[in-house]
Amino acid sequence: MQRGKLRTIGYHVARWVVVIVFAVLLAFPFYWMLITTFKKTADLYTLENNPFIFNLPPTLEHLRLLFGQTQYMRWVANTALVGVIVVAITLVLALPAAYALTRLTGRWGQRIGIGIFLTYLVPGTLLFIPLSRVVALLNLQDTIWSVVVVYPSFTVPFSIWLLMGFFKSIPRELEDAAMVDGLSRLGAFFKLVVPISLSGILTVVIFTFTLVTQEFVYALTFISPESQQMLGVGVPTFLVRGDVYYWGSLMAACLIASIPIAILYNLFLDRFIAGFTVGAVK
Amino acid sequence: MAIGESQAPAGAVGVSTPPPLAAGPRVPWRRTPEGRARLLGIGMFAPAVLYITALIGVPFVLAFVYAFTDVKVGSTSFHWVGLENFRSILQSPSFRRALANSFIFTTISQVLVIAGSTTLSLALRDKFHGRGFARFLILLPWVAPISLGAIGWKWILDSLYSVINWVLVGLHFYKPYSAPMWLGEPVLAMASVILVHTWRLLPFSTVILLAGQTAIPKDIPEAAEVDGAGFWRILFQINIPMMLPIINVAVLFGIIFTFTDMTVVYILTAGGPFDSTQVLPSLAFFTGILAGDLSQGAAISLFLVPILVIVAYLMLRMAHRAETS
Repeated sequence: MQRGKLRTIGYHVARWVVVIVFAVLLAFPFYWMLITTFKKTADLYTLENNPFIFNLPPTLEHLRLLFGQTQYMRWVANTALVGVIVVAITLVLALPAAYALTRLTGRWGQRIGIGIFLTYLVPGTLLFIPLSRVVALLNLQDTIWSVVVVYPSFTVPFSIWLLMGFFKSIPRELEDAAMVDGLSRLGAFFKLVVPISLSGILTVVIFTFTLVTQEFVYALTFISPESQQMLGVGVPTFLVRGDVYYWGSLMAACLIASIPIAILYNLFLDRFIAGFTVGAVK
Repeated sequence: MAIGESQAPAGAVGVSTPPPLAAGPRVPWRRTPEGRARLLGIGMFAPAVLYITALIGVPFVLAFVYAFTDVKVGSTSFHWVGLENFRSILQSPSFRRALANSFIFTTISQVLVIAGSTTLSLALRDKFHGRGFARFLILLPWVAPISLGAIGWKWILDSLYSVINWVLVGLHFYKPYSAPMWLGEPVLAMASVILVHTWRLLPFSTVILLAGQTAIPKDIPEAAEVDGAGFWRILFQINIPMMLPIINVAVLFGIIFTFTDMTVVYILTAGGPFDSTQVLPSLAFFTGILAGDLSQGAAISLFLVPILVIVAYLMLRMAHRAETS
């Protein structure tokens, strides 16, 4: 009995040690962004100062520089705009496709679905060279429209996959009953299936939006002017002048962009993960 | 009314009871209820398939075509050159370094990720006070944009003001101004890239393993404990073997995400110093986009394909096994 109790205590202590050590290591860069954001330049660049504390009083100078003298807000706006349009394109393409593949195409639906999911594995770093030519041909280079056109190529496959999981859980009898009542197949899709799948659709919306904010390679390849940048590329490219890193403003830019995206993603995380583990977890 | 009959659309009264064999006038397949549903289905998924074909299928094929030609940025030349591009990149030390690095970085970081995420997922398995907040902190590296996370690391690993060096100097491991240049020396720079990849993928792998653990029955380890098996024995002979299928899933995605990533290297080191941290995707970018040699860049990026094919094959096999069991 005594041994069992000791073991339980040992287990609890070990668990806390593991959780705290990992949480500190993994979250440390974000804590570092936070503290750097509010430190005076003189404080940041004095080697003798303890970097973990404020040796001089905190300051807002880096935030003022970021919002006043850079195009940061422009990049935020570009990213938000691209995000909204890509979400719309993704829903228009993925919703009907996912429904058709779960309900209307028989056993081929599942196979095509797996095929579409596999295209999600084809990375941007394999496609960006030919795509840069395609984007130039379409005369879209150096505008946000280049990424608006290209991003659905990776948001649609994963969204179809997620939505297929959702549609499968809707009982067929519901749609059959609606069609007995006079709705056409398409009517049943719009008036019945779409409304009861709202939580699945919301998952796709958040997932697509966060993927857009996280993408780097295409935005770096297709867009060069400062005013047309997406967040992820604008911050590391244009907050560095030559060899001078404005670390205070840079860290502020990273932190301010990361936290809202992280919170959004976190809310829907379990559903995204379900998309990755379909087939392995039953 | 049977459900089978009810599926006939209202406008298709004459069609809803077709003669079973070709006795009367034949009803075209596309006019039957099944046929109509099938056609509607094709119409509903065709736009998505066309979009994906145009933006993934076509560039995928073009990448192969480019690799065998002499296409360059700002030139209209487009000639078949056979294996010339491959001969030339295989002779380049930068390429060989990038190829080796891609495997080194992926392998080491995945080993670290699996060891770390297995430990962490076991610690997070049961509910406890503060688990939600701990999970949020642990997930930050995965959910925040990677280019921004990597800049955070660039500051932490700064040549002069690195906080790690401040601690090392404070602990008297190094004298002031002689602490390591994390991103300036080849071996340390490689270690830094591996560190950031591990940091980035550990949370992803952890949540995949957590999802998998919900499917593992708890009574087996408990029974083993009653029978007197110790903690380590239960861990290595019961818990971890039962987690293996889900660990496979995490590893396969982890390999893809690490092997094909160029953001970490591009931001942290830009492939330097002296190409010592170059990987296939970053070298393809520097060659194909920045230097404008599209054909050689495409040839370099094609070396990603074998890994993708192997991973896709393993995933299909796993999906097939789950389907049949």
